[in-house]
Amino acid sequence: MTAVRHHHSSVRRARRRLANTLMWVLATLSALAALVPLGFVLYYIAAQGLPALNLDFFTHVPRPVGEPGGGMANAIVGTIILIALASLVGLPIGLLGGIYLAEFGANRFAGIIRFAADVLSGVPSIVIGIFVYALVVVPMHRFSALAGGVALGIMMIPTVMRTSEELIRLVPASLREAALSLGATHPRTVFKVVLLAARAGVVTGVLLAIARIAGETAPLLFTAFGSNLWSARLDQPIASLPVQIFTYAIAPYDNWHAQAWAGALVLVAMILILSAAARYATRGRLRTVL
Amino acid sequence: MTAASTSRGSLRRRGIFGPNLADRAFRLGTFLFASAVLALICLLAYQLVHASRPALRQFGWSFISKSAWDPVHGSFGVLFAIYGTALTSLLALALAVPIGLGAAIFLAELAPRRLRELLSFLIELLAAVPSIVYGLWGVFVLVPVLRPVEVWLGAHLGFLPFFQGAPYGIGVLAASLILSIMVLPYITAVSREVIQAVPVTQREAAYSLGATRWETIRGPVLRAARSGIIGAIILALGRAVGETMAVTMVIGNRAEIPTSFFSPAYTLASLVANEFAEATGELHIAALIGAALVLLVLTIFINAIARLLIWRVTGGHRRVR
Repeated sequence: MTAVRHHHSSVRRARRRLANTLMWVLATLSALAALVPLGFVLYYIAAQGLPALNLDFFTHVPRPVGEPGGGMANAIVGTIILIALASLVGLPIGLLGGIYLAEFGANRFAGIIRFAADVLSGVPSIVIGIFVYALVVVPMHRFSALAGGVALGIMMIPTVMRTSEELIRLVPASLREAALSLGATHPRTVFKVVLLAARAGVVTGVLLAIARIAGETAPLLFTAFGSNLWSARLDQPIASLPVQIFTYAIAPYDNWHAQAWAGALVLVAMILILSAAARYATRGRLRTVL
Repeated sequence: MTAASTSRGSLRRRGIFGPNLADRAFRLGTFLFASAVLALICLLAYQLVHASRPALRQFGWSFISKSAWDPVHGSFGVLFAIYGTALTSLLALALAVPIGLGAAIFLAELAPRRLRELLSFLIELLAAVPSIVYGLWGVFVLVPVLRPVEVWLGAHLGFLPFFQGAPYGIGVLAASLILSIMVLPYITAVSREVIQAVPVTQREAAYSLGATRWETIRGPVLRAARSGIIGAIILALGRAVGETMAVTMVIGNRAEIPTSFFSPAYTLASLVANEFAEATGELHIAALIGAALVLLVLTIFINAIARLLIWRVTGGHRRVR
């Protein structure tokens, strides 16, 4: 009797141990499997992009179909202009909104604002594009850099707002109390003391937001549109790296495909540098960095 | 929270000297900027409803219950795109959830600290790669590889529905695969966070009763984190539903209800992205904006559910994107 029971429990123990090992292996394999696509994507961008990358790519505008050569210089500059415009729209709302949530965020209205920011961050980028088309492009009667900047700026707001709120909250109460007790007004306390203490985190939020929008294509299709020319005029269509990659990728010409890969390489490099800088600025103090 | 209430308390004490103008201006100013978010959401909804009104008025409910896309004769119903969106998103989740969850368990419970940080960083990189780059990769690398795979699948699983038809390479399967890669980091990152939010005492209690590591994870840990994990999956669904560029490039753009994983289709987002620039005629444009409106309603609904579930586990105020 006891021998049988003993036998049973040892079988059960072996089974439990096996299940434990099996799950260990499966979880580890899942983690590895999650990284396989990253490896493939980065490998192909490097392998296809590097050969197509040369000085002309950074200094020339696109050539007409059939003419070899040319580059995406205008698209690179265009992307930078669009990011600057987006920051003009997104940073004031995001930063000051974040300050409001951190400083006065204990009421129900602030809860609604937080929810609205979450909703906005979940709105598909193509819907933002259509919205800005109706809001800016239709009244102006033309595609423009301005419209593209507005679209990207709207997309920046939720990221900047929620990261600034969180990081301002982390500033110790003793700091602000010290400032207030010295007779500083509330705004002075926030701008001169609290923001200074939270600056690394706020910079991270801004860099992350820029990294997120730098590669956006869908909101630009019907706002900034695209262009094969040099243009810095804000009321005219403007080229951008993502849209240029899209145009070249779906065209039936091999040398355009090569340039699309080169564009992807430059774009991904830009975004990775921004993300790395954002990580470096806070070094693990921010919880979810996506 | 404590910081904010303390500063408000100290402000109130300063009130003996009368309300401070700078303080009030500060509060009002930041309030206005914060309100801009709410105003934007309302304006967004209004603009889409307004601009799609011609189509919505002409077709009514049949706009979402009927499958028709004929710009020449002016007949529009986006059911095929809703169906394509649902099919690609759910297939993507079916592929991404097991791997994403396994990776989250590995990161939260099994990996040594160093490795965890490195892997988390790499998975975050996966989320940082833009949609257009996944699309480029999908068109030139994935689709050519997929064609023979589809031939094989058709030969061996062709007796099943959804595994029949011509293997184009582009189509539902390609879009779902790309989507699964793109939503995987969200599932992993958010699940990891909710798993880590489960109190250590829960684990210690299970270990002290003699449970193995897996039994501890499967039992108390996953049970406590369950609604948060479901939230993470729904959040990923929201991403998949709204994803535009990569899908547009590999789904094949055909305005029909797909009968096979191999056949070309449309999602709501790819329909808008592909046709809006060339749309002629007021009704066609209104119908496309109507499709964007349907997409907006769908994603807001999905996201609201996801946030509620995640908040319940991590207790609000946690950053979850």
